[in-house]
Amino acid sequence: MSAADTTLAFDASCKIFVDGGCGFQSPGLHSFIFKPMFEIGGFEFNKPILLALLTTGLLCLFFWKAFASPKVVPGKLQMVAESGYDFVRRGIVYETIGKKEGEKWVPLLVSLFFFIWLMNLWSIIPLAQFPVTSIIAFPAALAGVVYVTWMTLTFKRHGFVGGLKNLTGYDKSLGAVLPLVMLIEFFSNVLVRPFTHAVRLFANMFAGHLLLVMFTVATWFFMNSWGFAYAPVAFVLVMVMIVFELFIQAVQAYVFVVLSASYISGALEEAH
Amino acid sequence: MNLLQIAAEEEQNPLVPPMPELVIGLIAFLIVFALLAKKLLPRINEVLEERRAAIEGGMEKAEAAQIEAEQTLDQYKAQLAEARHEANRLREEAREQGAALIAEMRAEGQRQRDEIIAAGHAQVEADKKTASLALRQDVGTLATELAGRLVGESLEDHARQTRVVDRFLDELEAKAAAQSGTKAEAGA
Repeated sequence: MSAADTTLAFDASCKIFVDGGCGFQSPGLHSFIFKPMFEIGGFEFNKPILLALLTTGLLCLFFWKAFASPKVVPGKLQMVAESGYDFVRRGIVYETIGKKEGEKWVPLLVSLFFFIWLMNLWSIIPLAQFPVTSIIAFPAALAGVVYVTWMTLTFKRHGFVGGLKNLTGYDKSLGAVLPLVMLIEFFSNVLVRPFTHAVRLFANMFAGHLLLVMFTVATWFFMNSWGFAYAPVAFVLVMVMIVFELFIQAVQAYVFVVLSASYISGALEEAH
Repeated sequence: MNLLQIAAEEEQNPLVPPMPELVIGLIAFLIVFALLAKKLLPRINEVLEERRAAIEGGMEKAEAAQIEAEQTLDQYKAQLAEARHEANRLREEAREQGAALIAEMRAEGQRQRDEIIAAGHAQVEADKKTASLALRQDVGTLATELAGRLVGESLEDHARQTRVVDRFLDELEAKAAAQSGTKAEAGA
């Protein structure tokens, strides 16, 4: 995917009611491809990468400020961070995996939640305005981490045969359909699961960004002569979509982490 | 799996992760994870545990104080009841003792009164006897002495005595009659 042939954003001079002008430039795949800011030996440093690194920086800074020297009687920042931490710990990990087994996985899932949430949040943060998770590489990396984690855990916990039984939902009582069930389970758990895990997050953020860009471009496109009558409609839709995205971003981060927790919980489960 | 085929064919495929982003994303996440897992979360867990201990410790302390207070209250109540019981008992005892004392004193008084009355009666009786005895002796002697002295003669002789007494009595009678006569004349 070279940067040379990418079409960037859209032509700002494109307006409605301009004779011989360009039409509405709908957003598309090109909206997710950025011109590299600079290149180091073939490595292209672009906006999503910058935002990903910013995410890391901001999260580290936030949690460092909040938790580096915590107090029994918390300050404001510590309190906010604590409530977020507690939300994931109690609301997701303890609920899904259980307190005893889950405690070990709290750091991973807490990091995942806040990392994904902030990556999603860039979508509506001015100037950034791009959900980093709408580039499949980022959800894929995270889903990969989770996949490796629970696969390793499955075999560690149950041994090779036990692990395979766990993955394939081995259950003697199924009788004749057992091979079929095992095939389906194996396919669904081992092959499809990481893919859906990553794509669920990616597609949501991708679609959300498309909608936001479309209404934003439309607002701009309408701002000419009679078009001013239509522009507000598009603009209101931009606002509505921003609020909706704010909701979806949190939900998707939550869903991703809940699924991760349930995969880990499944790996810990005793084979039937 | 149509989607994957399409994805493979097209160059600008949103479903094929570009390598640099994949690696950077992985690193970016692992940095956050490492910092949280190794450094920050253990710290906050410690503090949360401390806070929990502090709160539970406080609650335990309060509970202990509550139990102690209740025990003390029970003790006081028991003591109070005992004291009340004791006071009742003492009062009852004192009342009984008082009643016994009064009864005893009343009996004693009665006894003393009876004694005094009996002593009085005996005294009076004795006095009466002595007096009447003495009187009887004295009356004879005195009367004889008086009579002897009055008549100037010995009344040793019974006949004479009788005469003298009769005469004396006659004289007395006459005197009395004369006296009443003069009195009657004087009155007339």
